[in-house]
Formats: sequence, structure tokens, C-alpha cells
Amino acid sequence: MGVNQPLGDNIITTSLDSLVNWARKSSIWPMTFGLACCAIEMMATGAAKHDLDRFGIIFRASPRQSDCIIIAGTVTKKMLPVIKTVYEQMPEPKWVVAMGACACSGGIFDTYSVVQGIDEALPVDVYIPGCPPRPEALLYGLMKLQDKIANEKNSFGSSIGLGERLEPAA
Amino acid sequence: MAENNRAVVKLKERFADALLEYKEHRGEVTVTVKKESILEVLKCLRDDLRYNFLSDVTAVDYLGQEPRFMVVYHLLSIPNKDRVRVKAPVTEADCSIDSATALWNSANWLEREAYDLFGIDFKNHPNLVRILMTDDWVGHPLRKDYPLQGPDREPYKGRLS
Repeated sequence: MGVNQPLGDNIITTSLDSLVNWARKSSIWPMTFGLACCAIEMMATGAAKHDLDRFGIIFRASPRQSDCIIIAGTVTKKMLPVIKTVYEQMPEPKWVVAMGACACSGGIFDTYSVVQGIDEALPVDVYIPGCPPRPEALLYGLMKLQDKIANEKNSFGSSIGLGERLEPAA
Repeated sequence: MAENNRAVVKLKERFADALLEYKEHRGEVTVTVKKESILEVLKCLRDDLRYNFLSDVTAVDYLGQEPRFMVVYHLLSIPNKDRVRVKAPVTEADCSIDSATALWNSANWLEREAYDLFGIDFKNHPNLVRILMTDDWVGHPLRKDYPLQGPDREPYKGRLS
């Protein structure tokens, strides 16, 4: 009514940012990377019953094909350089999910050998509490990550070299 | 009774002056020997009594007592299906003991672990470097005077602190 539709009914107009964000949030490819018992729960989330594939979440075996790393388990000080290397090998844009109490804060391992939260080393986007979190919790955390990706600004511009990608305020 | 155990009988006969203590607790026999004769004792147990499998080498830190450390060997005789535990006291001032790698290759990594976590020097070990902690780690974490949360953090003062 009064709206001129020169393109007909089969065309959707949107912003490039929305298009890029939609593509990114619908194909989060996490690094296949497990550290402790949380990894078992992560595998259960990926398996048939909970099925991460329906979110477009497909575990990749190489950091160079991944854009998300789920820190699933206790991070020891000996493992930290390995995690940092894997993270640095991932191409931008990339996101970090801290899964479980250990990855969030060190959990019950308040000791000399354990990093007291992966946020000491990597920029964490989503924290998932639990010991270990149930698959539902991991799914919810990944959906929160999708929401976060959907609200990013300048996603397209930053990918062609114009300015920085702007993350939504938490 | 420990007196009737074949290992105790043999060690009493062969190493009367090196044998410090022997006892049996819940069916497990433990003999304590001087660290200077540990290799001969282990060799005797292996060759004469067929305790042919070294299942563990570890250490205990009795902080505040002297001697401070006790190196513990767990032996299993596969043909006779019995076990014996051999202990040797090690002082803090001379924190070393002969390596059992000449007798069992399995002692190699076990002694590296005891060195890594307790700082016990195993003499004549072929490759005595850290096995669990990072190479640049300072200190030996399972010593009782090592700060539980690491040297770079405030010590724990209770849940509500």
C-alpha cells in the first residue's frame, strides 16, 4: 500500500552486514579440539541426538578451516602454548567459547599447574558454566554466540579492508 | 607375618646391616633399606627371588622429619604372583640415590617423574630431565613446601578470604 516494489516479490533487500553476519552465524565451524571431560559432552552435542549440524556447526580438523574454538576442558599451563598456537592459526574472524567451569575459571583445579580461566590468554566470547555443561547448555551457548555474530557491525567492510569489525556490547 | 615373607628372610640373611625396617600391613610387605645398598637389594630381589617387574618408583616427602624423603619401589614377581615394597630414606642435604635404570628400563620414566615432582637426583640416570612439568619450570611441585597454587599467586587463606 503505497510501497513501491520495483523488484517484485522475489527479491529481499538487506544490508551487506546482515548478509555476512547471517552467513557467518549459520556456518560456525569449530576447531575439533577437546581437553578433558567437557570434550565428551561436546562430542555428545555433535552426535545424532543433539546434532550440531542443524545449526551449520561442523567440526573441522584444521585450525585454518575453523572460525571458532570451543575450549572444552581444563587448560593446564603445559597445554596453554598449544592452544595459543592453534588459536593463532585460525583465520579472522574467530570466536572463543569457554566451555565448563575449568575453561571459565580453573574450576576445582585451583592449583599451580592449571590456568585459572582461558580468558587469561584468549578473548572469550561466550562462557558456559557447568561441570561439565550438558549438551543443552552448550547448544544454548552456541546460540548466544550466533546472536552475538548476528549483531556485529561492519562485518562486510572489515572483510574488504575498510575499518574494524565492531562487536556488539555484551 | 613379615618375618616369614621370602623377601624379608632373604634380605635379613644377605643384607643384615642395610636392612632398616620391615613390616606387613594388610598383607603388604614393606622393607626399608639404606639408600647406599638399594641397587644391590633390588638386584637380589630381581635375580634371586624373581621379583622381575618394577611397577612403580615414586617418593614421599615427610617435611619436618629427617631424613625428609623416602624413595619407594614397588616390585611384582610375575612367576610367584606376589609383591614387595622397598623403601629407601633420602636426606634433603644429599638428595640423591642410585638409578635403577641399569636393572629395569621401566625405571627410566618413573625416576624422571620422581625427579620432576620431588627433585630427587637419580645418579647414573641416562636422561634425567623433567617429564610432566615444562622444561623451564622452577621447583618441584609435590614437595610439601611448594605453594599449592603456584609461586606467583597469593597463598590460599580459606574459602571466605
